[in-house]
Amino acid sequence: MKQIYFDNAASTKTDEKVVEAMMPYFGEKFGNASSVHVKGQEAKHAMENARKVIAKSIGARTHEIIFTSGGTESNNLTLKGLFWQNFPEKNHIITTKIEHDCILNTCKWLEKQGAKITYLDVDSEGFVDLEQLRNSITDKTIVVSVIHGNNEIGTIQDLEMIGKVCREKNVLFHTDACQSYTKTFLDVKTQNLDLVTLNSHKIHGPKGVGTLYIRDGINLTPLFHGGGHERKIRSGTENVSGIVGFAKAVEIADKRDVEKMAGMRDRLIEGILKIENTKLNGAQGDKRLCNNINVSFNNIEGEAVGGYLEQKGFCTSTGSACASHSLETSHVLKSIGLTPVQGNSSIRVSISKFTTNEEVDYFLEVLPSIVNKLRRISPLR
Amino acid sequence: MNTQTYSKKLLKHFRNPKFVKKVRNPDAIGEVGNLKCGDVMRMQIKVADGKIKDIGFQTFGCPAAVASSDMVCELAKGKTLEEAKKFTNDDVVKELGGMPLVKIHCSVLGIQALRKAIEDYERKNRSKS
Repeated sequence: MKQIYFDNAASTKTDEKVVEAMMPYFGEKFGNASSVHVKGQEAKHAMENARKVIAKSIGARTHEIIFTSGGTESNNLTLKGLFWQNFPEKNHIITTKIEHDCILNTCKWLEKQGAKITYLDVDSEGFVDLEQLRNSITDKTIVVSVIHGNNEIGTIQDLEMIGKVCREKNVLFHTDACQSYTKTFLDVKTQNLDLVTLNSHKIHGPKGVGTLYIRDGINLTPLFHGGGHERKIRSGTENVSGIVGFAKAVEIADKRDVEKMAGMRDRLIEGILKIENTKLNGAQGDKRLCNNINVSFNNIEGEAVGGYLEQKGFCTSTGSACASHSLETSHVLKSIGLTPVQGNSSIRVSISKFTTNEEVDYFLEVLPSIVNKLRRISPLR
Repeated sequence: MNTQTYSKKLLKHFRNPKFVKKVRNPDAIGEVGNLKCGDVMRMQIKVADGKIKDIGFQTFGCPAAVASSDMVCELAKGKTLEEAKKFTNDDVVKELGGMPLVKIHCSVLGIQALRKAIEDYERKNRSKS
């Protein structure tokens, strides 16, 4: 059976051009970028080129980009690094209720170390309330961290407005842009960003590599101590092949793909909502990630929908927590006001530049009968 | 036993459950679940000569819940009430060839619903006599 991959918010297929660009760095160009000899300088040169490409893509200066192992590390480094740098004079961090677990669980851990965390509410579409943000900032506040494009419901925050508030109040502003990178406007100057988390494997690059943009003049306490790589903020021999692949993925990202995906997304949403008693979760149009669809089907369980979709060849994921390691209803869906049953009756479909119109058609063809079948099984009416 | 993935047998019961139905004129109903956790299970039985003659279920549940309820029905059909009462969830999980440990809590709904249906039957028949 043909597999149709509709889970690109989890990870994407590595582009062949990316693999090709990486290959030499597994072979003859294997050097350690810290070595002073020819082999080392060859690797260093490739790495610095990559840094330039990524910096330019978000309006940063080259030296403001450091390489990490991915989104989770960059987010940990931001919050822990800033906390240890500022504690005990300052101990307050502001974030939202709809962040990725690597922000939320870092915050929970920091609370045990003496941090005070404010978790901002969001509205029914997942947007942060700017007034609540403004009122939450105190003279103890170190940083405000808000996810750019939400990984579950696709809502894209207005970074410019949030950045303005942070600048006015003189606190740092960080965003986790793993899902939104190359898919919507991101510029550290116009959006007043001080730190930005980016990663590679969501944009058809390899896994295990990401970056943190750190505005000039901001000090972080490192998580890793060692040889002083990456401006002494992130020790450890750089993943040169991964870094080269990441930059290649950024280079080949194309605005036309974004428009194509947005069209398919809207066709999928429109088609799904034709089924009775279904509801879109998250924002619409330009304020939604071009590749994200999240819908709730009344009275049937999301993972069961996913299970039947898999039988037809589709890889999707659920908002239902039953599916993952945790048994709780998704904290994001709860935060936008869904009941546990509604939360557990949702699925997430995330497309990519490789998605075809035929795949979209086939999905819309098989979905109604799956929903009907499960509604017959359900005792809820 | 497999504790990581859904077995082929479990998926078969999920994809083609044989006992999803409303039993006609049921003698007893067992409903369990936790709306907070987002699981609901309803099981209906028809009893004759102390044996479960017919059984069916409906569920708002994940693949593990659907498959284990179907298995509970398969095990219980034709058995006496006393025999049916003795089934445990371990029996069900074993019959299904295992499942991810995190899903065990979803699978218990089937057996709980069966027990509740039997209790319901016994209560009704005590009050009759």
